[in-house]
Amino acid sequence: MASSPSHDLNRVRAAARADTEVNFGFWAYLMSDVVLFSMLFLAYVNLSQRYAGGPTPGEIFSLHGVFLETMALLASSLTFGLAMVSLHQGKKNHIIGWLLATFVLGAFFLWHEVSEFVHIIHEGASFDRSGFLSAYFGLVGTHGAHVFFGMIWLLTMVAQVALRGLTPAIGSRLARLSLFWHFLDLVWICVFSTVYLPGLIQGGSA
Amino acid sequence: MFGKLTLDAFHHSSMIIVFANVIMIGTGLAVVAALTYYRKWGYLYREWFTTVDHKKIGVIYIVIAMIFLLRGFIDASMVRAQQASAGPGMEGYLEAAHFAELFTGHGTMMIFFMAMPFLVGLMNIAIPLQIGARDVSFPLLNAISVWLTAAAGALVMISLLVGSFSEAGWSGYTPFSGLAHSPGPGVDYWIWALQISGISTTLTGVNFVTTILKKRAPGMTLMRMPMFTWTVLCTSILIVVSFPALTAALALLALDRSAGTHFFTSIMGGDQMLYINMFWLWGHPEVYILVLPAFGIFSEVVTTYCNKRLFGYTSMVWATMAIAFLSFGVWVHHFYTMGQDPLRNSIFGIATMIIAIPTGVKIYDWIWTMFRGRIEYKLPMLWTLGFLITFVMGGMSGVLLAIPGADYKMHNSLFLVAHFHNVLIPGTMFGLLAGFYYWFPKVFGFRLDEKWGRHSFWGWLVGFYVAFVPLYMLGIMGMPRRMVTYDNPAWHFWLVIAAIGAMIVAYGIFAMFMQIYVSWRDREKNADLTGDPWGGRTLEWAIPSPPPEYNFAVVPEVRDRDAFMEMKVNNRAYERPAAYEDIHMPKSTPLPIVIAALSFVFGFAYVWHIWWLAGLCVLGTVAAVIVRSFNEETEFVIPASEVEADEDAFHRRLKEGGVFEHLQYIEEYGDERTPQGKFVEPTTRATSGLPG
Repeated sequence: MASSPSHDLNRVRAAARADTEVNFGFWAYLMSDVVLFSMLFLAYVNLSQRYAGGPTPGEIFSLHGVFLETMALLASSLTFGLAMVSLHQGKKNHIIGWLLATFVLGAFFLWHEVSEFVHIIHEGASFDRSGFLSAYFGLVGTHGAHVFFGMIWLLTMVAQVALRGLTPAIGSRLARLSLFWHFLDLVWICVFSTVYLPGLIQGGSA
Repeated sequence: MFGKLTLDAFHHSSMIIVFANVIMIGTGLAVVAALTYYRKWGYLYREWFTTVDHKKIGVIYIVIAMIFLLRGFIDASMVRAQQASAGPGMEGYLEAAHFAELFTGHGTMMIFFMAMPFLVGLMNIAIPLQIGARDVSFPLLNAISVWLTAAAGALVMISLLVGSFSEAGWSGYTPFSGLAHSPGPGVDYWIWALQISGISTTLTGVNFVTTILKKRAPGMTLMRMPMFTWTVLCTSILIVVSFPALTAALALLALDRSAGTHFFTSIMGGDQMLYINMFWLWGHPEVYILVLPAFGIFSEVVTTYCNKRLFGYTSMVWATMAIAFLSFGVWVHHFYTMGQDPLRNSIFGIATMIIAIPTGVKIYDWIWTMFRGRIEYKLPMLWTLGFLITFVMGGMSGVLLAIPGADYKMHNSLFLVAHFHNVLIPGTMFGLLAGFYYWFPKVFGFRLDEKWGRHSFWGWLVGFYVAFVPLYMLGIMGMPRRMVTYDNPAWHFWLVIAAIGAMIVAYGIFAMFMQIYVSWRDREKNADLTGDPWGGRTLEWAIPSPPPEYNFAVVPEVRDRDAFMEMKVNNRAYERPAAYEDIHMPKSTPLPIVIAALSFVFGFAYVWHIWWLAGLCVLGTVAAVIVRSFNEETEFVIPASEVEADEDAFHRRLKEGGVFEHLQYIEEYGDERTPQGKFVEPTTRATSGLPG
């Protein structure tokens, strides 16, 4: 069955729409993830003042590091958006390039987060020190774990695009990964404004 | 190397547990030996272990549910026997720790491994058929869900042999379930069994939301969906937005126990109430997750066996949605006594009582559907009637408990235990059994024996009243729940009565298994040739029993709410197309059992802190998913000629079953019968469902 390249591309574009049956199912999954995160936010808000004599947010957070992290993650949403634009244009190599750029930014974010964790733990403020620190590591760590799995997924998709080219199945998967990645960005904005911002404003005075 | 696992874990001080293990291992070995002797492993692997067919997956779910019905019931009987044999001057026969494991195990198994799998099994069997689909949206995910449930169940089972099960009650309240108070492996088994089955249920929810919203046959608008489909849609939405709360609560509890965090501890800034809030944020919607589909089943049963359209379909849909919505606003009524102010308690009390209104709407809808209908007292209808009467009573005691002032007296007493059994047994169990009898011929091609079914029904119904009315009395007399022994002589008499009730229920369960055996033995005699044994109204009855793998040879076109009845009345039932087409179906795959096996080992390794093994299982799961994602040949084709041959055979059976004469009759006289047994012209039917 011979079909023209533009016809094939249209099938890929159709499969990458956010309202196909498969992608609708992924939205439903994301809703469940929203609830999972909202529970962790609930835990954080509830425990955020319970220092148990341990360190307070002002003593362990640094705006400088968080700012860099946040910018990297926001930029990675932009690069993923450009990967999807390349998908709609049918440019295979561009997709791979933008996906790799997204991966690098994600890796920077994660590396920064992990080194922040290591730093905090070395200062004696580990997750078993107080209710506040448990909730902090629980919430930020779960987001980080999501980013980590997103990066494994990214590499898998780079391999699939490289080996298989642009098929409707791969277009459809990239659409879902794109939803997932932007979702993590959104969650991070909530983390930033629930954890770091109030923590730094109230600072160590509490 | 083996973490905390030592040979001590295999040592059990109680002879009863040793005996239970002998029975469990003996049964397991006997099953393995029989399967090997009859050379069934290949068949099982090809047809069941690797299947992605929603009908077979439904059957596997129900088999799991039946196994855990027995185990959960044995636990309940032992609890009843202990309380009947304990009391002033009597010790009973159980140690306190074992007694605690029993009531914990009973609740956990009945909710997570009996009711949920039974329910999801019926959803799997009926939903794609009712909406005219060839499968669910995500067949592979569906198979992963069922085997994850099996893996979680296996964790509960193995806790009997290696280590022990939780003593913290089915709700696992902190701080008692924390490491400081429950250092053994029991709570960890409980956490991971629930965690794995909870993830399985979440995936099921995602699957059925998508299936129902995206896979309906052409013409089936939302307001033409069968009532069961509506209730399953609401339940699936509830699953997607409530189960993650349980996942989070359990994950944080697991961290508290294994990593030393302080989410729910009573020291270092932890908050015990946080756990209890999170647990019931899931737990209360869970009640409606269990009960709404049963309401859907009752609606199907009432319309079918009264030969009438459902009275007040629209009000039923809105009532279902209202219950689903309100279910998120009442969780605090599970802990009125934990110190929040009276205003907050009042708000949740009123919200709780409001739920009685849409529930009442439903009860009246069923009663009005029966009114002036010609009721056939088949088994599913009996369960429905038993439900109507019993459930109303349970609902009333719920409204009583919803009053915070009254709850201060009754909470944590046997009155509460009586109340939730009085809603869950008729509301969920009777509904599941009604659905079981209703759809059984569709799945297996033969009907279940009526006589033994009636024995089972009366055993359950009478046994229920004898077992639980005394618990109401005991609750009012002040007896707390979960007591291994007590010193009030006035309680003993009622506890003996309750134990007798449990024995009557045991007869009901025995009769059900007898019924399955007898019906299987006489399956030729009970055969359902036509695929429509009850004069059904919805699409699942338009196809053969058992249905072919692809369900519908031609995707049906829906023109009415009772889609199949409309076809029968307008003489378009069993229409054949000019030519059949090839059908694409998903291939079987071993991936689900691989993932489930890895999850089971992961759970076991986490319980015993064998970290390297747990890590390997995570890696293995990720690797299996990635390998699968490179496999593009996931479908196979059923050729049109094969479909046509199946359909030819089906039409021969239809003729043999005398369907076409019957259809002629319906076409002339309509589908609704008056009390005198006469048929009413279809045109005189009021579309509102008012009795005409």
